Amino acid sequence: MSDKPFAITLDVGSSLANKTGSWRTERPVYLDLMPPCNHACPAGENIQQWLYHAEDGGSADQGGRPPGPPAYEQAWRQIMADNPLPAIMGRVCYRPCETACNRGQLDSAVGINSVERFLGDQAISAGWTMPAPAAASGQRVLVVGAGPSGLSAAYHLTQLGHQVTIMDSGPQPGGMMRYGIPAYRLPRDVLAAEIDRILAMGVELKAGHAVTDIRAEMRDGRFDAAFLAVGAQIGKRAYIPAGDSARILDAVTFLHQAGDGEPPQLGRRVVVYGGGNTAMDAARTARRLGASDAVVVYRRTRAQMPAHDIEVEEATEEGVRMEWLSTIARADAGALTIEKMKLDETGFPQPTGEFETLAADSVVLALGQQASLSLLDGVPGVEIADGTVKVGPDLMTGYPGIFAGGDMVPAERTVTVAIGHGKKAARHIDAWLRNSAWPPPEQHQLADFDGLNTWYYSDAPATVRPQLEVARRISTFDEVTGGLDESNALYEARRCLSCGNCFECDNCYGVCPDNAVIKLGPGHRYAVDLDYCKGCGICASECPCGAIEMQPEQI
Amino acid sequence: MAPTPVKFYQTGSFAAGNRLLAEDLRSVQSDPARTNSLNCGHRACQGCGEALGARYALDAAMRAAGRQLIAVNATGCLEVFSTPYPETSWQIAWIHSLFGNAPAVATGIAAAMRAKGRTDVRVVGQGGDGGTVDIGFACLSGMFERNDDVLFICYDNEAYMNTGVQRSGATPPAARTATTPAVGPEPGNVFGQGKNAPLIAMAHQIPYVATATVAGLRDLEYKVRRAMDFRGARYLHVLVPCPLGWGSASGDTIKIARLAEQTGLFPVFEAEHGEVTAVSLIRRQAPVEDYLRLQSRYAHLFKSEAGTQTIARLQAIADRNIARFGLLREEESAS
Repeated sequence: MSDKPFAITLDVGSSLANKTGSWRTERPVYLDLMPPCNHACPAGENIQQWLYHAEDGGSADQGGRPPGPPAYEQAWRQIMADNPLPAIMGRVCYRPCETACNRGQLDSAVGINSVERFLGDQAISAGWTMPAPAAASGQRVLVVGAGPSGLSAAYHLTQLGHQVTIMDSGPQPGGMMRYGIPAYRLPRDVLAAEIDRILAMGVELKAGHAVTDIRAEMRDGRFDAAFLAVGAQIGKRAYIPAGDSARILDAVTFLHQAGDGEPPQLGRRVVVYGGGNTAMDAARTARRLGASDAVVVYRRTRAQMPAHDIEVEEATEEGVRMEWLSTIARADAGALTIEKMKLDETGFPQPTGEFETLAADSVVLALGQQASLSLLDGVPGVEIADGTVKVGPDLMTGYPGIFAGGDMVPAERTVTVAIGHGKKAARHIDAWLRNSAWPPPEQHQLADFDGLNTWYYSDAPATVRPQLEVARRISTFDEVTGGLDESNALYEARRCLSCGNCFECDNCYGVCPDNAVIKLGPGHRYAVDLDYCKGCGICASECPCGAIEMQPEQI
Repeated sequence: MAPTPVKFYQTGSFAAGNRLLAEDLRSVQSDPARTNSLNCGHRACQGCGEALGARYALDAAMRAAGRQLIAVNATGCLEVFSTPYPETSWQIAWIHSLFGNAPAVATGIAAAMRAKGRTDVRVVGQGGDGGTVDIGFACLSGMFERNDDVLFICYDNEAYMNTGVQRSGATPPAARTATTPAVGPEPGNVFGQGKNAPLIAMAHQIPYVATATVAGLRDLEYKVRRAMDFRGARYLHVLVPCPLGWGSASGDTIKIARLAEQTGLFPVFEAEHGEVTAVSLIRRQAPVEDYLRLQSRYAHLFKSEAGTQTIARLQAIADRNIARFGLLREEESAS
């Protein structure tokens, strides 16, 4: 006889005996995708990761985080892994990351640049420093040029254990960051603080030392490799028929002198010729130096102007006037003759034969810059084309051991690209010194907007950075754009969607009808219990950041 | 309706949890120590909305009741897929009797608990729309009328799914079921029939009535918790999409529930003593087509001119709900 109650013949069992995983034809797989911001960053920053740290805020309370430095410092160190100049970047970068940001398609892009500046400024005020490298390689690398590219290379090479000397022809380091970018965009104390931090790591700087023969310099200093980053410091000239007393100067020289605090006399009415960022800088600097009229003359239209929108907007706010579709036909004392242009079918400007007169006391030419490459004269194997040095994918010139980057090689000429070149060159130089090759990391698939489930993100418009009033902007070199404070920097960081990478929102754990997602605890994400996962795909559709993909089972 | 007030935390209160949120502000479902009232190994279809809704609701009820909870189940999918003899997926005190008597059994258990002086033990009755809106409706109405101390939860998947997708009193107009095929001059279920169980429950003037969907986890958890604040008869009506019966992709279960809410077809609200006290506003309004197109039970609507007109009639239902419950923000409904 059974000892079970009436009508009961079987013991109570748990449904755990029923392994529903056998129903599955697809399984969820957690991915790590390439966020569009990281993908777009010329300096190769892991933006999403440092925003992730910054999202925890600045409190000493570690919350559920693993022990380590406070969140903001951790975020800053994450930037420093790729880019040694966060406070500078947070001011002068043209933010390709924000252009690429998926949140731009939702409301407005995350203010990555403003958070970077906040972190950079925190580091300066808190005095965070970088540790010296553990092991010295005993090898010496010469860096020519103390601009962004040279400084970046010196920083990364030092971290890799090499002894670095930077030589620069200027009296102070910084290159175009000091002599090209006006102080109202990049205050000099910020520049000095970030450069000093690199020098404090043990980088030797020889300022006011022009390198004229690279091979001789390397031989004399017993350098094992060299990185050239001399920039493009010579303003291009254009032939303008001019009367004797016409005053014409180039923008690079003008900005350089203004940066030195010895600006040339320009008069009240200044015309800037050109349509790039340098033209905007020159016009805005002229306004600050007392020009009542600053006019930018450009031969094409606004749409074709190479200057970035924000620069044009800020210049216009400051009273800089634009003359589109115009070329300077002749310059005389006090007046210019302007020829109006019109675009042909191919978008190229053609003269119309209509002339106008424009009052001007001086003309600043901002028509592009060239690199001075005389230090490479006679170096065998080095190829120069269109005024730039040819380099391989490893940034090495045709001469073994001499690498080059920044404005002197063919690439977009921005501070961020230059910093990226410095990092890349440092890795290749390091590998070259070790007789090996640096393997570029595996590229993950891009996390696109369509992969996101944006329902889960709170509606949160971007924070606007405060701007100095126009009246003060045109009379001083005070910084135009302000920074974020603690609370809105945190808010801005938390606007990050974490595209393509799990940020532990627990959604997959919550939405599984079969309890088949296992939560592994803070920092460890989740796993799928394949014994019970039926492969319904709800976790993948409801993952906010698109970090789960359904992959077919091998049946 | 008062979702947990949170500072801005990336996903705010929309996702199940967030590493940045304090533990007590996270949803019950984000808790690694949640009850998992309905455990793994149950035999619900892939992407079952009912299995999900039941775990959401009962885990929240377990927390609200301090784990002193007895659940009564009507016959239906939920009962069948969770307890094929002798297995059970339930990790809570659970009882099943018949299809139509779950509210009455729950009433009896509540009375027994009262007789034993165990007022700490809370009773939940639950069933699908068949067991609630049709077969168990007399018992349910009686339970309401007597104001018995029971929370009754209806997991509404809009037809008798367990027996093969037959029409119920909760099946929406135009939907194809086994008993309302997509043939004839008015294919699918007819317009103007069926019952709105939440409004009928409100008509009983019971302390608390609410609707929710599996797409609004935090809202659903809040409503279970809120219901537990009351003694007497309470009713919670949860929309749970059914991939099998609705002909939808298993991964779209939550998306479809969200669209039901965002189109206005399923108004989400709560009411106390017969009066609506709060509604969930539509956050991203969508046309009914977006909802219908994902379900093959409405596929016939996209094949003819008559279907287009039927979609317009369904849109009119959604628009009426929006106006009736005030589901849009003031400025949006004014424009």
